[in-house]
Amino acid sequence: MSAGPARPRGTTRVALTANAVLVYVFFFAPIAILAVFSFSDDRLVGRWGGFTTSWYGDFWADELLKDSMWMSVRVAVLSTFVSVILGTMAALALERFRWKTQRFFDAVLYLPIIIPDVTMAVMMLLFFTWGFDITNDVFGTEFSKGFGTITLSHIAFNISFVSIVVRARLAGMSLELEEAARDLYATRWKTFRHVTLPQITPGIAGGALLALTLSLDDVVITQFVSGPGATTLPVRVFSMIRKGITPVINAVSVVMLVASLVLVALSLLIQRLRGGSITG
Amino acid sequence: MGCGRRLGGAGVSEENGEPDGDVEPAEGLDPPQGDLTTTESVLTAEATPRFERAARRADAWRGFFFAAPTYLYMLIFFVAPLGIVTMYSFATRNRTGGTDLEGWNLASYARLDEPIVRTIVFRSLWLAVVTTVICLLIAYPFAYFMATRTPRVRNLMLVFVMIPFWTNFLVRNYAWRVILENDGIWNDTAEATQTDTVVDWLLDLPHWMQWAIPDWIENLPSPLFSEVGIVLGLVYGFLPFMILPLYASIERIDLSLVEASRDLYASGRQTLRRVLIPLSKPGIVAGSILVFVPSLGAYVTPQILGGDKETLLGSYIVVQFLTARNWPFGAALSVVLLGIMLIATQIYFRNEGRTL
Amino acid sequence: MSDALAAVTLGGLTKRFDDVTAVDHVDLEIADGEFFALLGPSGCGKTTTLRMIAGLEFPTEGSLQIFGDEVGTLPPNKRPVNTVFQSYALFPHMSVLQNVAFGLRMQKVSKPEAMGRAQEAIGLVRMDSMENRRPDQLSGGQQQRVALARALVNSPKVLLLDEPLGALDLKLRQEMQRELKTLQREVGITFVFVTHDQAEALTMSDRIGVMNEGELLQVGTPEEIYERPVNRFVADFIGQTNLLDGTVEATGTVCLSNGARVGVDTEGVAVGGAVAISVRPERATLHGRGGAPPGRPSVDGRLEQITYLGNALVFTVALDWMSLDVRVENQADLDVREIGSEVSVSWDADAASVVQE
Repeated sequence: MSAGPARPRGTTRVALTANAVLVYVFFFAPIAILAVFSFSDDRLVGRWGGFTTSWYGDFWADELLKDSMWMSVRVAVLSTFVSVILGTMAALALERFRWKTQRFFDAVLYLPIIIPDVTMAVMMLLFFTWGFDITNDVFGTEFSKGFGTITLSHIAFNISFVSIVVRARLAGMSLELEEAARDLYATRWKTFRHVTLPQITPGIAGGALLALTLSLDDVVITQFVSGPGATTLPVRVFSMIRKGITPVINAVSVVMLVASLVLVALSLLIQRLRGGSITG
Repeated sequence: MGCGRRLGGAGVSEENGEPDGDVEPAEGLDPPQGDLTTTESVLTAEATPRFERAARRADAWRGFFFAAPTYLYMLIFFVAPLGIVTMYSFATRNRTGGTDLEGWNLASYARLDEPIVRTIVFRSLWLAVVTTVICLLIAYPFAYFMATRTPRVRNLMLVFVMIPFWTNFLVRNYAWRVILENDGIWNDTAEATQTDTVVDWLLDLPHWMQWAIPDWIENLPSPLFSEVGIVLGLVYGFLPFMILPLYASIERIDLSLVEASRDLYASGRQTLRRVLIPLSKPGIVAGSILVFVPSLGAYVTPQILGGDKETLLGSYIVVQFLTARNWPFGAALSVVLLGIMLIATQIYFRNEGRTL
Repeated sequence: MSDALAAVTLGGLTKRFDDVTAVDHVDLEIADGEFFALLGPSGCGKTTTLRMIAGLEFPTEGSLQIFGDEVGTLPPNKRPVNTVFQSYALFPHMSVLQNVAFGLRMQKVSKPEAMGRAQEAIGLVRMDSMENRRPDQLSGGQQQRVALARALVNSPKVLLLDEPLGALDLKLRQEMQRELKTLQREVGITFVFVTHDQAEALTMSDRIGVMNEGELLQVGTPEEIYERPVNRFVADFIGQTNLLDGTVEATGTVCLSNGARVGVDTEGVAVGGAVAISVRPERATLHGRGGAPPGRPSVDGRLEQITYLGNALVFTVALDWMSLDVRVENQADLDVREIGSEVSVSWDADAASVVQE
């Protein structure tokens, strides 16, 4: 691409550069400030009172917070695992085959991506409440909301995101590769195993990271399907914030921030390995 | 094309090698039926239309087989819940705050006409529109600047947009809460125990810069717990959602078109209006919807930065379930919210394809 | 055909997509060891035919035999044929060696043997020392060779090539044309080659099948196809030609649109039938008005344009109802006429052929 007159000059250039700098300051300054003040030895969250790590110690000593952190991890890992398998299978079914009711399935799979959190939260709450009322009445089961309902709900939205990422990868893969494998005496299974799967692995890994992130981020849906005492870290933090902010929340937030950054780093690494551009 | 007929070979492989497309399987809602003869098991024989159909059907079955587990999961854990919300929205709330799944009526939808509900809906729409417009105004020049950098710089800039994109939304909103909290980093109206707040810092700027600082800054209240705070949090949360699609569509534009436009005597402003914006319309539409949709249903941001003083649709729905215990009304509001989203995304699909 | 078993036999082979017929009752025999080209414009059904032979598409009806065995209903991995794809379709995550050994490994050939044979095949296409590279580290021509080696290493009974030279630039293309031809003679395998480039088909093949709109119009040697096209489409598609419309007046005489009568072999056409006479530009001769030697068929016109091609010149002559090209080699004693002058164009009676619609 040429770098001629398309590249802005003069005042336009100054304004555009300033805008870009301000956007980055806007993005990163609050995060940096939060990180700094999580080490501040002052009961008021926004005031500097010398360096301390005691808030992290308080976080670690808080059993409720620790429980919900493990809950978050368990939900994220399990829902990611299931949704990666189901999402990849769905992506294959949609990209490589033509069958009846495919369009309907495609639309259903697309809805969780555009549906507002609140609506999905209400859907899951009513579904589990109504469903458990029936099963507990009729079959005498003792289902209640908690780890299971949270995980089932997370899988429901994660499948869609995984399948979209994997589908993009499948669509970008030349069909001739699979035909060539078939032509070279590979069975359908071996074609998948030796050609398709290695080709879509970056997509699957990207989808898995996205699923992990979404699961670790979710507040609204999880809040609606949590049981008493059993919930994830973001929901716990959210309810703490609503009661009033404390330096411990700063510390927990920074831990969550670091988890996010690790996932970002991993996804960037995958994109680097993929060898394409970042948007790939 | 040499002839009017459908392409063989090359043309077909462009269409995923599935020449039967959507036409063949569209005979009803059932999965493909018929004999499951796999192509491998058929004895070598002269090809017949029957064999070709059977092979295609076997292929359709394979596709259905791959989709089946997910299909089932989504029917149970997504489609059924959707149906149940709709069902609840027509149900009746009883005196104890429970819901009677009988006496189906439209009362919950009729409540949409109440002044307080209308106020909340319009306030939510208004804040979502304001958020979208602000994001667009910031993101467009940013995306254009990014698209005109060298590939190396471009990729680096992109990485630093991806980081907030992937970072925990709750934490990012909370960071602003920490900054804006009264008697904290932003200001200290209560006691003069602290001097280095943002407001103080602005007032302490050297004299030659003071002209840019208006007088009222001294008494500037923190935007926390106001509509300004909510919009700030939403813009902060969703700006990457606007930048990424905008960048993707501007990057695709052949920038020599900008040069051609300038060459044909267009001013910079005219070039922007008549060349760049029309060509980047898919990105503008995609980004706007990606910002507008979650802003409209926002719940976390108003709770953290709005202090729940300015009730929005998302919070109002949650209240119906967690405190007011009016499930049918909450369900009706959820259905309406979903309806608005579907309309918005339809606009998008009509404009572009499916690639977000 | 001789009584030897044909390599590929198509009998009434048909492929329909929905209500569109991509390949329409094609009957064809390709002999063992032949270099056969399927030629036609894009969308004529040639690639679909090739894909059916490969097994990538199942025929709607008809018979498809390879050395006498009916294979029309076999999946691609059970057919003794291999394909060189248009985009080469090299597996990007495998090295050159792994790519070439893939087919053998899938046939459960032991790893050492597969690697050895793959090395040999890589040598055959002169890609030694490149075996550890990845496909994206190779040029287009090199990828082409690897794709060839990957197919040939399996010693297929028939090698199918789908526009394999389409992605190469002109010089490399001509080089690869020669190389492919040599390679085919060396390995002695039947090659079925799909192309839309008539020059390429004429240069390389033993026989050509011309297809259009799903139908196989003519099969023959390059010479037969060029000199004796069976219909207007073939005449027009293969090389350049002048088509003069007329009707058969009597056996051996055609009355052209302007009423002029010319002698031509009208075998196989009934008297009164509408035909066109195909006269190749290089077979026509330009004269001054009335200067055509007696006995040679000729028409009169006015010189309209001269196109300089370097090695040749093309004179465009305007007749009353059409214009006609005459191609003359660029020689020292070239007799160049002025534009606008009255001229006659004549041709050898046996160099012209009569074609029907």
